[in-house]
This record gives sequence, structure tokens and C-alpha cells, in this order.
Amino acid sequence: MNMLKTMKKSTRSNLITYGIVVLFYLVMQLLASGGVLSNSMQGMLVPICTYVVLAVSLNLTVGILGELSLGHAGFMSVGAFSGAVYWMIAGQNLPSVLGLAIAMLIGGVMAGVFGFLIGIPVLRLRGDYLAIVTLAFGEIIKNILNAIYLGWDSNGFHFSMKDATALNMGEDGKVIINGAIGISGMTKASSFTAGIILVLITLFVVLNLINSRAGRAIMSIRDNRIAAEATGINVTKYKLMAFITSAFLAGMAGVLYALNMSALAAKKFDYNTSILVLVFVVLGGIGNIRGSVIAAAVLYVLPELLRGLNDYRMLIYAVILIVMMIFNQSAQVVAWRHQVWEKLSTIGLFQKLAQAKKQNKGEA
Amino acid sequence: MALLEVMNVGIAFGGLQAVAQLDMKIEKGHLYGLIGPNGAGKTTVFNMLTGVYRPTEGDIILDGKNITGKAPAKINQAGIARTFQNIRLFSQMTVLDNVKIGLHNQVKYPMWTGVFRLPGFKEKEQEMDYKAMKLLKIFDLDKEADLPASSLPYGKQRKLEIARALATNPKLLLLDEPAAGMNPSESEELMNTIKFVQKEFDVAILLIEHDMNFVMGICEYIYVLDYGRVIAQGNGESIRNNPKVIAAYLGGD
Repeated sequence: MNMLKTMKKSTRSNLITYGIVVLFYLVMQLLASGGVLSNSMQGMLVPICTYVVLAVSLNLTVGILGELSLGHAGFMSVGAFSGAVYWMIAGQNLPSVLGLAIAMLIGGVMAGVFGFLIGIPVLRLRGDYLAIVTLAFGEIIKNILNAIYLGWDSNGFHFSMKDATALNMGEDGKVIINGAIGISGMTKASSFTAGIILVLITLFVVLNLINSRAGRAIMSIRDNRIAAEATGINVTKYKLMAFITSAFLAGMAGVLYALNMSALAAKKFDYNTSILVLVFVVLGGIGNIRGSVIAAAVLYVLPELLRGLNDYRMLIYAVILIVMMIFNQSAQVVAWRHQVWEKLSTIGLFQKLAQAKKQNKGEA
Repeated sequence: MALLEVMNVGIAFGGLQAVAQLDMKIEKGHLYGLIGPNGAGKTTVFNMLTGVYRPTEGDIILDGKNITGKAPAKINQAGIARTFQNIRLFSQMTVLDNVKIGLHNQVKYPMWTGVFRLPGFKEKEQEMDYKAMKLLKIFDLDKEADLPASSLPYGKQRKLEIARALATNPKLLLLDEPAAGMNPSESEELMNTIKFVQKEFDVAILLIEHDMNFVMGICEYIYVLDYGRVIAQGNGESIRNNPKVIAAYLGGD
């Protein structure tokens, strides 16, 4: 405890975030081994990790760099498809941990390359214009992936935009991407453990980046671009750095997602997915990394938990979103929360908690 | 040779000639004033010197290098730092981090070192902390180091902006109305700080200010701008008695 106190505030806050993830992992493992966890919940564990990584990486663009991006699913799909193609060709013959790691790396790098190519023209735009162009990018990627036919035989890749027979493959050839049907017949490689490791890696990269020289430069652009330039910050370089890192992590999440399924189609990665991730980021708090982790996990599971309510499910989901937004963002409600907190702190049970909280504030 | 030479610089926005035929010479380590009535083009001159605007004519030479029309970040790296008339701090970041961004090009390490906490990260960060705290102490801001910049009172925000500009290790510091909104005792204190900074950092300073006591009190040489042209220049005494300057400020023919 004493060690915790002497640490820098940001370090302590980061450790709490890692702790929450590890705790979540242990609890879920315990529940699963105890047989308490339903099948459908177990099936959601890997997607939860995927969306946590997506939300944290999008928060890097939206909350830390301060640019609204609506094409995050695009980077996810680039990663998912390139990782899955590698898996189909070579990865599945390797030990599954190694194959998965290489597939993730390939997916991340490919998404990062796309982030770079798209970032150069797009980051010259600001605000609404940037949002519109990234939205278009996501849709373009989806539609291109929908129309691609890719095959593999002993001569290498065969590529076509027409249909599978136009690939002209040898006898040993197999179709990997089959147009709108996508990739099918994959063996599953992702696991909850792999997902949690990816979440921890993502948090490590993003949190360390924020608390470093490059991260400060990125945040200075968000706070005041003109002052950042006048202070000698290369705005284009640091915007690209944040955008590429964000795309890279989204690509890795895409691979995790893809290798959790036996079939992969491009239509999954439409703007609904981008908006969903953005909702997680906004409700978790823009720029608040821990908030993104919690919001993504809770809001992803919520529709499933509400399944018993049948037709009212999406209605309740929407209401919860609105209530969460008011609870987190509205100035009056935040003030009211502090009042309630003060009152509760006069009651014995809460006194210790309140003191601890005050101490934290005093140190800050 | 002068530190900064401005030669025949002008800028036109469409048909409006905002600044014309501007000639200035700034020597190393001295304190200069730039005054003039509202709308005379003082801030426009600052914006041209720092690359926010590209002059439509003329040359700006810093230390023998032509910096005309270069990007603001490049000009800062070449040695000109500035503050803004309407304060521009990194408001969500702490006071300390604001100054550490100023140190961005003074203490460097690559992104990887930061992300993976490679050897060197701690030393470089400590070096930045040390340098930043030293600057904050000069401006009496060291106690507020961990507060968000937006929570500072107005006068301290102005000081923080100067500290951040100084952190970039400039040869020339441009201050746009540093004493605006300060009461007499605060601006007296700021005057002393600016004098101290000029000696301590051996930096040339060019400042825009409307408070004449302030300008006459610390500037060794003054340029007077009216309608985008220099109408007078010289030491405080000669400016005070110059009929053209009096006419520009009070009206008349």
C-alpha cells in the first residue's frame, strides 16, 4: 500500500486499469470452470476483448488526438482479412499460439499501412470533413472486400474481381476469399486468454504512449493546434503517428475477431460497427481509456443480458445508453453525484472510503 | 550582424495591404517594443515572423538564414518563440506538461522508447521535469505544476505561456500583449520577470503592448506602427515626443 502511495498518480491509475482487466479474466475463468457461465456468455468472451481493443484504439484517435473517425471498422476488416488469409495459407500449420501471433502481427501491419495511406490525405481535413471521409473509407473497404476473389496454389496468389472460376488456379488450388461469401472453413485459433493478452498489450501501448514525449505532442495538437505548431511540434507527423497506431491496434483486434469464427464476411464490418465502437468511446468518456474498457465490455454484453425482455430489448438498451450519458456527462448530475457522495461520507460505513478518496485528491 | 533582419516585408489580404515596406533590425539579447493604435498590424507582423502568414513581399532573415514563409514549427525550431494575444495554452494538460511540450525539441527520445519504456526513458523524462520545474520556478508557478492549465488564474496563464515559449530555447521571444488584463502591481512584477529572463537566457525580446508605462519602462528600442507602416522608431524618449506618434494615437493631422 505504501508503495502505491508513493507512485505517480498516472502510474497508479494505469495499474488499476490493468488490474480490472486481469480481475475480469480471473473471474470469468473461475465462473467458466465452475460451469456457471452459460454457453452464449462464453461465446461472447472473445468478442468482448475485440471490442475493448477497438474502443481503446479508437479513443486514441478521438480522445487523445481529438479527431473524429467513423471508419474504424475499415481498419478492423483490413486486419481481419489479411490475418485470416495468412492463417489459411500458412498459419494454421504452425503451433496455434505462434500462428495466431504472426497472423495478428500481419493484420496489424496491414491495417497500419492502410492507416498511413489514408492518413496522409485525410488528416489534412478537420472535424466533420474528416469524419465523413473516414466513413466513406470504411464503406469503400467493405465493398472492395465484398468483390474480391482470391485463390492460392503452388504458383502463389491468384486474384480476380469477377468470380471464383476466373482465378485460373492449378489443381492444388483453393479459393481463400470467395467474394461476398468471404472466407470460410477456418479453424478457430482465438481464445479468451489470447484476447485478454491483446487487451493488455493494447492498454500497455496506448497508456505508455500517452505518458511519453510523443503522447504529449499528440495531446497538444488536440488542445491547441496553432500553439502546438508555434511550440515546434510537427503536427502532421504526430497526427499520423496516432492514426497509424490506432489502425494497427484495430487490425490486431480484427484478426482476433476473425480467427474466433469459422467464416468471415466483409458485410460484418459496415458503418454500424464503427458507430458501435464510437458509442463505447463516447459513453466511456472521450479520452478516458479505463472508461472505454468498461463501457465496451458492459455495453457489448448488455443486449445479451436483456434478451429475456424480447421486444423491449433494444428500447431498454437505448434508454440505458441515454441514462449513462446523462450520468457521466451532464454538469448538474455530476454536481448532484458529488453532493450525494458528501452526504454518504457522513455515514460511518462510507467514512473510510471518502477519506481515501480525499487523500487521493489531495495528492493530485 | 543583427539577429533578425526584416527587409521590406509586406502582406496583402486581397485588396487590403495590412503591412507594407516593413524594415526591422533586432540585435541579440536586447528588448524591443512594437506599438501602435488598434488595427495597425502589430499582430500581423508577429504572424509573419512566426510563419502563420506568408508575407507577399520581402525577406525575413534570422541569424543569416532566410526563414520567409517557412512553417511555424520550423521557425520555432530555428529560434523564434511566441505567446498569443488571446491565450493559447494546452488547457486540458497540466502546467508541467505544457512546459514539457515546450521542451519537445530540446530533450528528445523516440516514440518506441516511450511506448516500451526502454533504457533512457526515465533519464530523459527526469531531465525534462528538472528543466521544466526550473522554468516554472522563475515564473512562480512551481506550486501549480500538477494542476490543469485551464484552472490557473488569468495572469498566471499569461506567465505559463511565456514559460512554455522559453522552454523551446529561443533566440528571439515575441510577446503579444504580455501585460493585458493585469493590474499595476502584477504588470510591475511581470516587467521585472521579463528583464530577468532577458539577462538570464540572453534572449532578444520583441513585445507588443498597449500599456505605455510598461513599454517605456523596459524597452530599449521601440517601433511604432500605423496603418501597416513604421511611422517612427527610436528609444522611449524620442518616441514619446514624436509628433507623428502623438497624432496617430490622439488623432489630428
